[in-house]
Amino acid sequence: MEKKQLFTISVFTENQVGLLNRISIIFTRRGLNLESVSSSASSVHGIHKMNFTCNSDRETMEKVISQIERCIDVLRAFLYTDDEIVYQEVALYKVPTQKLLDEKDFERIIRVHNARILELTREYTILEKTGHESETQALYELLAKYGILQFIRSGRICITKSPTEHFTRYLEEQEARGKALCGSSEE
Amino acid sequence: MSERITGAEAICRALLAEGVDTIFGYPGGQIMPFYDKLYDFTDSLRHILTRHEQGAVHAAQGYARASGRVGVVTVTSGPAATNVITGLGDANIDCTPIVVITGQVGVASLGTDAFQETDVIGITQPITKWAYQIRRPEEIPWAMARAFYIATTGRPGAVVLDITRDAQVGTLDWSYKKTNYIRSYNPAPELQPGEIISAAALINRSERPLILSGHGVMLSEAEADLLALAEKADIPVATTLLGLSTIPSDHPLNKGMVGMHGNIGPNIATNNADVILAIGMRFDDRVTGVIKSYAPQAKIIHIDIDSAEFNKNVKAHIAIHADAKTALRGLLPQINKADRKEWLATFDRPEKVEQAEVIERETDPKDLGPESPMRMGEVVRKLSEATGNKAIVVTDVGQNQMMSARYSSYTMPKSLITSGGLGTMGFCLPAAIGAKLAEPSREVLAFMGDGGFQMTMQELGTILEYRIGVKMVLLNNNYLGNVRQWQAMFYNNRFSATPMVNPDFVAIAAAYGIPAEDVSCRAELDSAIARMAAHDGAYLLNVNIDPTDMVFPMVTPGSAIDNILINATDKYEA
Ligand SMILES: Cc1ncc(C[n+]2csc(CCOP(=O)(O)OP(=O)(O)O)c2C)c(N)n1
Ligand SMILES: [Mg+2]
Repeated sequence: MEKKQLFTISVFTENQVGLLNRISIIFTRRGLNLESVSSSASSVHGIHKMNFTCNSDRETMEKVISQIERCIDVLRAFLYTDDEIVYQEVALYKVPTQKLLDEKDFERIIRVHNARILELTREYTILEKTGHESETQALYELLAKYGILQFIRSGRICITKSPTEHFTRYLEEQEARGKALCGSSEE
Repeated sequence: MSERITGAEAICRALLAEGVDTIFGYPGGQIMPFYDKLYDFTDSLRHILTRHEQGAVHAAQGYARASGRVGVVTVTSGPAATNVITGLGDANIDCTPIVVITGQVGVASLGTDAFQETDVIGITQPITKWAYQIRRPEEIPWAMARAFYIATTGRPGAVVLDITRDAQVGTLDWSYKKTNYIRSYNPAPELQPGEIISAAALINRSERPLILSGHGVMLSEAEADLLALAEKADIPVATTLLGLSTIPSDHPLNKGMVGMHGNIGPNIATNNADVILAIGMRFDDRVTGVIKSYAPQAKIIHIDIDSAEFNKNVKAHIAIHADAKTALRGLLPQINKADRKEWLATFDRPEKVEQAEVIERETDPKDLGPESPMRMGEVVRKLSEATGNKAIVVTDVGQNQMMSARYSSYTMPKSLITSGGLGTMGFCLPAAIGAKLAEPSREVLAFMGDGGFQMTMQELGTILEYRIGVKMVLLNNNYLGNVRQWQAMFYNNRFSATPMVNPDFVAIAAAYGIPAEDVSCRAELDSAIARMAAHDGAYLLNVNIDPTDMVFPMVTPGSAIDNILINATDKYEA
């Protein structure tokens, strides 16, 4: 058995209801846990991009990718390891303001960790930090001693290191196929 | 000027535009607007009212598999929609093109647990090729065109359209265009010449090639192309269960079926072959046995229209992403004529052993007298011969399935309809009904076990109402025989929940006006078959089968595919 590592899966889809469910089923059927999920518009008009992260081995992930691509309204799916992409996550932390005021180290923590204060009230302060999971986690651990009231981390978003979306050429090919078949495109 | 029509009418018109003339279904509250409109289309859309929605889907499957056309089902929401689940799963895994339309509650009630609301899309997504809910009437032409295109092209499969009441009763401007393009879906990928050249080179260099012909050959109607290639290069052909009848049974290159209850020859050859050309099949575990000892010497060329099948179970050395016909036509000119007498001769010994140790015992049991119960093999063989081996054989699941598949002979394509991937008991009777409606000029033989028959025997009512001339054969061992066999072999003869007290099946048939007879011993078999064959219309034979009979050869679960039992105790010795 190959060893497990974290993979990022980027899926380009038509903007159709229910696709996220259809795709996540492919992971759950194999007992794969999704570490994170995010979904938004892509750089191409009308096309959605979903990002998943998942701990698994490459062979399994390649099978998952082809099963995802088989779904109607899925255009392409790509598999990346961390070295192939630039990626970020956002984390928000809500901590008691009084505790922060009492603590001398506070200003230094914010500066060192490049965190931002989003909102400050008498009761609580909300901090934001972007970074890799290890970085947002490191800040989490430092703040934990002040008591974290709420915490949330976003799914991973990523952009590939290649100059264009790998996907645009595929899309052009499909559009050309459509023109050859019926002179117009469906969507 | 476009016409303003209701969604219900748009569904009917779209069905006609897609060439549909037969629908299997069952009405109810949320599909009533459609059924009301269907009343106006009685002349052009024949509706077959099955006795259960599961029956409707299996009938549509039988219809599709016998004819190659798409099967259509219409049912209501809620319990009707959940009743079609088994058929959807079955059709999808066996690549059968069906479009199932479910009625759905009004849009305002969606998500509120309204009466007979179920999340049809959520439930069916994992077992369909496409599932879509139509909320507005204007979506109907687009979604119907897509549904038929998706169900029938590429790797065929099951499509669900969940049509809300609003969409059925609302109106739209009618215009319809069949689809042949979806941006995200390319069912006809261009053949890659590089792959064809390397595959041909591999085949030309090979000494012990083996062709595995699967359902994909039938789906793309590539039977003649398969034969042309096999004959040119003198390559033995084995089929999967669903590939049976892609090559005539009596063709000298047809070496039988692979898999758990397949023939000894091709299973042994699998592990001796140096090249396997796998066409339109998916290396199911029932075909491969334990994967790590599968085909250890072979380079595998895998032809499939679904690229997700490549390397899923077995590593493909060369993957050809195309339908069987396109790939075979691409390959043929590149393949050298060859003569493989020596390799072909290796099939002789296993064939002889199987004939003597297994087949004769089943088809000509010398150990049993004329007054004794029968074995399934002899019954199936005689019935197949009584139709000149031209029937469409439809089977249920269990021992009866393996025996009918093994002991029928096939002379033309699309002659075996069986539930392969899902193994659905109760499949046979409704599937046979669908097959007969699709191909009324062919004899349809329905082989069932006493267990499976009782799962959908309400469809006798459909046979009665529409006078469907299906010839039914109950291979009745008064047991859930297949499970009994495993209990005998692996569970110390502890027959837990497998014996069955059965009703008087002849009386049941009689209640539906179907002529039937008990065939209690061998001496009665020939004349009973003759009477059934002579009868024009539905007929049922309830055949008394020796309950201790077992299906062999058998590759036991967890064994290599060339590790084959020829009876309960002895293995085939190479
Ligand atoms: C719906 C369904 N339930 C259970 C099974 C498990 N099963 C497979 S074969 C079999 C026995 C079938 O008995 P019968 O129909 O009498 O056929 P026989 O094996 O005796 O020929 C059972 C219970 C199944 N395949 N499908
Ligand atoms: Mg039985």
